[in-house]
Amino acid sequence: MSIAFKVFWAFISLGVVTVWGLTLNGMVHKIFARVQGRLGPPVWQPFIDIIKNNAKRTAITHGIMFYLGPVFRIAGGIGTYMFIPVLFGSAYFSNFSLSGDVLLVMYFIFFGQLGMALGAGEGGHPYSAIAVSRGLAQMTAFEVPFALSVISLVAQYGTLNITEIVAAQQGGFLRWTLFTNPLAVITAMISMLGMNMYNPFSVVIAPQEIPIGPPTEYHSSFLGMLATNRGIFAGAKLVLFMNLFFGGATNLLILMLKTFWIYMFSVFVGAAYPRFRTEDSIRFFLTYPTILGIISVLLFSF
Amino acid sequence: MKDDDIKNDSNLTVEVSQTPIADYPDWRKDDKSLTNAGLSEEEQDWFCDARPQPAKKSWQIMENFFNWARSNSLWILAFGTGCGAIELRPLVTARYDISRLGMQPRPTPRQASVFMIGGYVSIKTLKRIVRSYEQMQGPKFVVAVCSCAINGGMYWDSYNTVKRIDEYIPVDVYVTGCMPRPEAVLAGFSKLKELIKAGKAEGQNLYAEKFDWYKENQKSVIKDWNMPDYNW
Amino acid sequence: MKELFNTLSKQFELTDYQSKRDNQAFVTATSSQLVSLLTHLRDIHGYTHLVMVTCVDWLEDGKFQVTYLLHNYATKTDLGIFVFIPRDNPVMDSMHHLWEQARVYQRELHEMFGIDFPGSPGVYKPMILEGWQGPPPMRRDFDTKVYCEDTYSNRERQHKEPEQYMKEQLYPED
Repeated sequence: MSIAFKVFWAFISLGVVTVWGLTLNGMVHKIFARVQGRLGPPVWQPFIDIIKNNAKRTAITHGIMFYLGPVFRIAGGIGTYMFIPVLFGSAYFSNFSLSGDVLLVMYFIFFGQLGMALGAGEGGHPYSAIAVSRGLAQMTAFEVPFALSVISLVAQYGTLNITEIVAAQQGGFLRWTLFTNPLAVITAMISMLGMNMYNPFSVVIAPQEIPIGPPTEYHSSFLGMLATNRGIFAGAKLVLFMNLFFGGATNLLILMLKTFWIYMFSVFVGAAYPRFRTEDSIRFFLTYPTILGIISVLLFSF
Repeated sequence: MKDDDIKNDSNLTVEVSQTPIADYPDWRKDDKSLTNAGLSEEEQDWFCDARPQPAKKSWQIMENFFNWARSNSLWILAFGTGCGAIELRPLVTARYDISRLGMQPRPTPRQASVFMIGGYVSIKTLKRIVRSYEQMQGPKFVVAVCSCAINGGMYWDSYNTVKRIDEYIPVDVYVTGCMPRPEAVLAGFSKLKELIKAGKAEGQNLYAEKFDWYKENQKSVIKDWNMPDYNW
Repeated sequence: MKELFNTLSKQFELTDYQSKRDNQAFVTATSSQLVSLLTHLRDIHGYTHLVMVTCVDWLEDGKFQVTYLLHNYATKTDLGIFVFIPRDNPVMDSMHHLWEQARVYQRELHEMFGIDFPGSPGVYKPMILEGWQGPPPMRRDFDTKVYCEDTYSNRERQHKEPEQYMKEQLYPED
């Protein structure tokens, strides 16, 4: 397979996951509105918002890092997605999967947040700084159980390659990690609650107290870029979780079904629960999920 | 502003900034940039001294498409300036639910596109309104709610309330009433959507064209002008 | 309340006792004795709550009447103290050391009536009227209507009979 062919299909799959991630975002707004007894915005509202933000006539800057913040963020999103094989056994939707891609993907999940922290810091708004410090603290906390569950998976399957992990889960749903290693899946799903930043771990964007968190100063096409990344990053995380824990997908329809229900897990939890404070969420992540993760690692190490 | 001719001529573009050109040093004679006179020396570096320019429009077909997107994604600046801001709260509840129209309150002026003036505007509030309005990124729209914003309302002889908000920032839609019901505010917003779709809501360009006139009006009531002339 | 007035009268120059209700009375004190009177009331007679400080402009008499309203939680009584000061040189002693919140009232009185309270923290800082250049607006010789016609431009008023106007709007063919 030539590299040009790979790049071409990688961009196509990037477009697919962007549209799907933004549609999921729209569905989430609709679901939250329905839970609150409202009609809610249309499902395609995120697309309109992105068009509008990019069509703004003026934009200002606060410096070089301010420009680079959204660029890092979207680079983190695309980077995460580019190393995940999307469809198992497909020549077209396997992106740039390589033998150690689990490590690379875990690095890229962190990367965007760090870049965003630098950019939002240069914006100079105090709320950005507060939100960034909260976000990084919470992120460090939920990375611990997530890393433990991935380590448990690596010990279980003996490989660092996502494609091989997916291959080992083929042949009936009872071979999914969900059933062969339930402790690691519970740990990872709890840390996904923190990753998606819905309630009860929404203190980073906390719309009531520190308006919308890190992107307080971002506007116009910067905000459009961040909103696009929200689609890409959500899609990439969901595809990663589907691959690691729910047996992957062999066609786009199954991918949509599985990612939708994985996403809905955190959305339903978010619609039903109030918010943790930062220190509470850190304490939570570092106790129960971490203990579960350690147990699952120990189970598969010996 | 006291001059009735200036007040009545809506197409006026005044070329006078607050310091007469003759008083500038030689190297600034041709320079039309702002002086930011209210600020101290070191603070002047923090703010933009470029005069706002009327934004160029793209092709008509693209502009129509963008206007459709703008009208369907109105983000309101959640800055309650008077008692009419109370009417903004019922709008986001289940009964009226502006989110089905693609509208949402946005807590920072940088990301908002609609400024809702909620009623009477005192001088102290006017300073904040001007600053917030100038921090919004264009195209930006203003909806003025309540009769106080239109002609002073019950504060018609108050010493501290401006009578016409459209002399200080350009206003697209007025909603009358003291206070208007949420239905009336919603009707005002749908009027604004029609204006945007028709390409008539060009308040940002109006502000840039008549910048000196607006600044003169603002400075005539804000006596301690201790903020930059343009809040970038 | 009357006994309290009699007791206080032995130490302070109090005049003009007016009892409005059983538990409310007003007395008139001199401005030089005010701070010591308030200290005495707060520390000895239990009037620990400063309800408010306000001012009345007696334009015809050329006086400002500054009113201090105190409350006693033990006896549930209110005591108001009037102090008359000349209108052309309005200076009062500051009592922010007795009640911390008094400085806000004093700041407001300085802004609205032009009464000076030397030593009160931040009394010259503008509170509501930032950059105010006219005379203090709550004085009775300040004409707000003239001021606001000079300062602000009014929109021309159009009067329409509501019934007629709505008919024209809704049923133009009739």
